[in-house]
Amino acid sequence: MTAPTTAGTRPRHLLDFADWTPERLTALLDNADTMSQVLDRPVRKVPALQGLTVCTAFFENSTRTRVSFELAARRMSADVVSFAAGASSLNKGESLRDTVEVLTAYKVDAYVVRHPASGAAHLVARYSGKPVINAGDGRRAHPTQALLDAYTIRQEFGSLEGKTVAILGDIRHSRVARSNAELLPKLGARVRLCGPATLLPADLAALPGVTVTTDPREAVRGAHAVMALRLQQERMSGGYLASLAEYADHYQVNARLLREAEPGAIVLHPGPMNRDLEISSDVADGEQSRILRQVENGQAVRMSVLYHLLVGRE
Amino acid sequence: MTLTITNIKRPGSEAPESVTVENGVIKGWNLPHEGEVIDGQGGAVAPALIEPHAHLREPGQTQKEDLASGLAAAAAGGYGTVVSMPNTSPVVDDPATVRTLIEKADGLGFARLRPAAALTRGQEGEHLAELAYLKEAGAVMFTDDGRTNEDARVLRLGLEYARSLDMVVSVHAEDASLRAGGVMNEGPVSEALGLPGNPAAAEAARVARDLEIVAQTGARLHVQHLSTARALELVRGAKARGLPVTCEVCPHHLTLTDEALRSFDAVYKVAPPLRTQVDADALLGGLLDGTVDCLATDHAPHTGAEKERDLLEAPFGIAYIELAFPLMWTRFGERLGLERLLDLMTAAPARVLGWPAPTLEPGAPADLVVLDLDTEREVDPRTFLSKAKFSPWAGETLRGWPTLTVVGGRIAFRR
Repeated sequence: MTAPTTAGTRPRHLLDFADWTPERLTALLDNADTMSQVLDRPVRKVPALQGLTVCTAFFENSTRTRVSFELAARRMSADVVSFAAGASSLNKGESLRDTVEVLTAYKVDAYVVRHPASGAAHLVARYSGKPVINAGDGRRAHPTQALLDAYTIRQEFGSLEGKTVAILGDIRHSRVARSNAELLPKLGARVRLCGPATLLPADLAALPGVTVTTDPREAVRGAHAVMALRLQQERMSGGYLASLAEYADHYQVNARLLREAEPGAIVLHPGPMNRDLEISSDVADGEQSRILRQVENGQAVRMSVLYHLLVGRE
Repeated sequence: MTLTITNIKRPGSEAPESVTVENGVIKGWNLPHEGEVIDGQGGAVAPALIEPHAHLREPGQTQKEDLASGLAAAAAGGYGTVVSMPNTSPVVDDPATVRTLIEKADGLGFARLRPAAALTRGQEGEHLAELAYLKEAGAVMFTDDGRTNEDARVLRLGLEYARSLDMVVSVHAEDASLRAGGVMNEGPVSEALGLPGNPAAAEAARVARDLEIVAQTGARLHVQHLSTARALELVRGAKARGLPVTCEVCPHHLTLTDEALRSFDAVYKVAPPLRTQVDADALLGGLLDGTVDCLATDHAPHTGAEKERDLLEAPFGIAYIELAFPLMWTRFGERLGLERLLDLMTAAPARVLGWPAPTLEPGAPADLVVLDLDTEREVDPRTFLSKAKFSPWAGETLRGWPTLTVVGGRIAFRR
């Protein structure tokens, strides 16, 4: 079985960060600065992707990520075609392959894929032969979210080198946590993952630059960025948590916990938020919050990714 | 029908010999050539292999495999006898189905079929199947394989009943509640890939429970497809206590690890899952020290389209009955030696099933295989006789390919 991309050569896809060197990732973030300037102009459009067609294939519900990608593609003058499918329990794999082959026959040039199964974006890359951007697959990866997180932190501190990022919440089921745990150490940061033991696989400590702890104070102590993850309420029926109240009492990112962090630390959240559950409202809206900045940066980062994969200049 | 195979070597002997078979039995060695004469081309001859654990999918799922394709594939793999698992649709839990399967298979002329029957009705794990009738009809083993025996009391009753019939019960030893939705081994790889994991404890916990029931009942239990070092250790301890327990391992658990899942290719999705190198090494250790009784492939065919699904949706199972001997010979031939490897794939499964050991002596059933131990061939799934034309070992070069399989004195496969 050949992997869709090969380490050492220029990555053809953004499925995860396995094949991306720190240099290429830095170039991607640098390029996002340029894209950000485009978004500040009166006419927020450049012709970079004119004549190309980007397909957003979403097999799982999403509004924010999808809008962000579609606007990013349109601002670069690409045609955008959207495909939304409920993840049917029957023949899903067959329909995924069939769907992708049909779309490819329609001359789609690149895919943005969200799917409930880890690895599904890899399958789209295999079946389509076109560049694929993973917009979230199962618990596996959400690389553009991690890139916009990294970009936001870098924007604040100038560099990720030597920075500590604490990520709190449902680590077990979070593709955002996994992608950040993969990306941030490549850019020189340390990552601390924190949550109740039932939502915190100790095996993630095997990743380079990553530590895990069940103690939120230990996680946040001296951190430069503190990220709260959305707590999905169905985790209670799965037996992962005793109660939401107990979770909030122990793991909520709030002013008291933030006092453990480095002065000037910023607060991140991939959204959507459960206010006053995983994050207190005052912190979400407070001075240290960069949550709306993340959303804004998402578009520039996604433009940069599309540019990198489809135009070929860095 | 008379057949003479010339230019073949018995294990431990370098001198080419010939064997003559007549009316389904071995007539003798180095007799004047009679009947059809086949040149064995210097290959090693052995009793035909016995597969104690295969899924042939008939009745009900013949798009995946049927008796003809599955038993032809088995013959191509050097097998003379296949024990089929009962998790078909409908489940093999009534005597008529057992008889029908055997009669149909006998007419095909490939490997023999010896069906295992369900331990419980519909493999539901609640009421015992009619075990005595099933044995009379020709069932050779009882198992709810494909399902895990969650109700310990029902398993106990099944073991006691089977003991009175002098039959073995085999189990898929996995605690379903611990396995939960796991699709691969739980560990650093599953966490990095974001895939739900199946912990090694799911196997060990169930083996520990079942061994206590064996200690209580004294009934014979066969543990299928062991995948973890810890469960193997439990079986080793039970054997030291003198408990009547046997176990099998599968070549895929010896040759592949959970690292393979990094490809996100569902061809590697099996139950129990591919574990770690530590586990694979321990299983090999179990083969070398005799803790592991026999090899089984757990041949589990699916359609290509099913295996092209994502890892959550794709079904569990690898199908490679045509490759098992070459795979084992190529990878472990030097460490195991030919005689031990052949024992693990012939006499050992026979012992597990309570059958006499197959031999090549005059008067024995003419079930034999000729193996080319030297010529290298590339694995090409497109050439498989099985309907499952996918393989983790596609493109690999293997040695030890069967060139001739004779079952009941008839040629069942010839390369």
